Amino acid sequence: MSDFIGDWHALLLLVLAGFLPNEIWRMLGLWFSGGIDEGSELLVWVRAVATAILAGVIAQILVFPPGALAAVPGALRYGAVAAGFVAFVASRKSILIGVICGEIVMLVGEWWL
Amino acid sequence: MLFPALDSPKWQSHPRAFAWGMRSVGSTVLALVLFATYLGIGALAHDSRFSLGWVLTSTALVWAGPAQIILISMLGSGATAVQAAIAVTVSAIRLFPMVVSVLPLLRTPTIKRRHLILPAHFIAVTLWVECYRLLPMVPRERRVVFTTGLGCGLVLVCLTATTVGYTLAANLPPALAAAILLLTPLAFLLSTARNAKHLVDVLALVLGLALYPPVAMLHTGVDILISGLSAGTIAFGVHWWRRRTA
Repeated sequence: MSDFIGDWHALLLLVLAGFLPNEIWRMLGLWFSGGIDEGSELLVWVRAVATAILAGVIAQILVFPPGALAAVPGALRYGAVAAGFVAFVASRKSILIGVICGEIVMLVGEWWL
Repeated sequence: MLFPALDSPKWQSHPRAFAWGMRSVGSTVLALVLFATYLGIGALAHDSRFSLGWVLTSTALVWAGPAQIILISMLGSGATAVQAAIAVTVSAIRLFPMVVSVLPLLRTPTIKRRHLILPAHFIAVTLWVECYRLLPMVPRERRVVFTTGLGCGLVLVCLTATTVGYTLAANLPPALAAAILLLTPLAFLLSTARNAKHLVDVLALVLGLALYPPVAMLHTGVDILISGLSAGTIAFGVHWWRRRTA
């Protein structure tokens, strides 16, 4: 069991740094539901910052990739994501088609290099 | 997707309403995208040296893709718990307006707030979108049960995907493992791009991508927070300025 979950420290970290800071917004939403204007400027700013943080994480994974992705040349990582994005736009915003095209470029590139 | 008519006696049964909710998972392409995303999260957790049980627990408890990849990649690259918690909580603020806007669809005059805790926990972008699509076909008194079934179905899909992604990353040749790790940035970039309907969101996405590399050269330990806060605020500034001069 301890191998499956890891040590109690890792689990505590998950609850304190992952579960609670995330869940609090759902419970606040439950508490306040009914009285918030969805279009308020504060929420627009919050959404922009949240989007930009996620964008930063996407960039982090591509620029400083973890594990097996680190062995792939940078040009191929960026190229595959760019190809996926082009396919996404060309398919009138189909996430699935974009993901599949990006993956094909990645696999063909790896095989070819 | 066919449910019985709203006034059909078949809706009397709670288990049946739960099962219809769960079965609705099969009616959405979003479930496929979610599957791909969680394959990536499982693989990311493996290559960031977390245990399978840990990442499965995170899928069940956190139940928000962006928060999970932020948590895994920050902790995996040596950030402290406080830094990770700040980044996670900022990414999770978007759940607040989602919960606020979905719950009125589930409310009945007699419902207790505690009955809504589980449906509120399941709310993330997929459930939020699907509730708007499906709930009008469900009688109001059964919506909590139905939504709980839908949420459980989506969590099951994602637990499966997390396990498959983790196992594949552990056993596949490196070339295929790299392709699975690429699913995370790819799926999140595209789903964020799809949700970015206003200029302010598009700008936040583009600036957030562009600002991270230069900020990362400063090695502050809170690079993600600095680049995200500045990119988001600049995007909001442009939005505010345009609205003022419009």
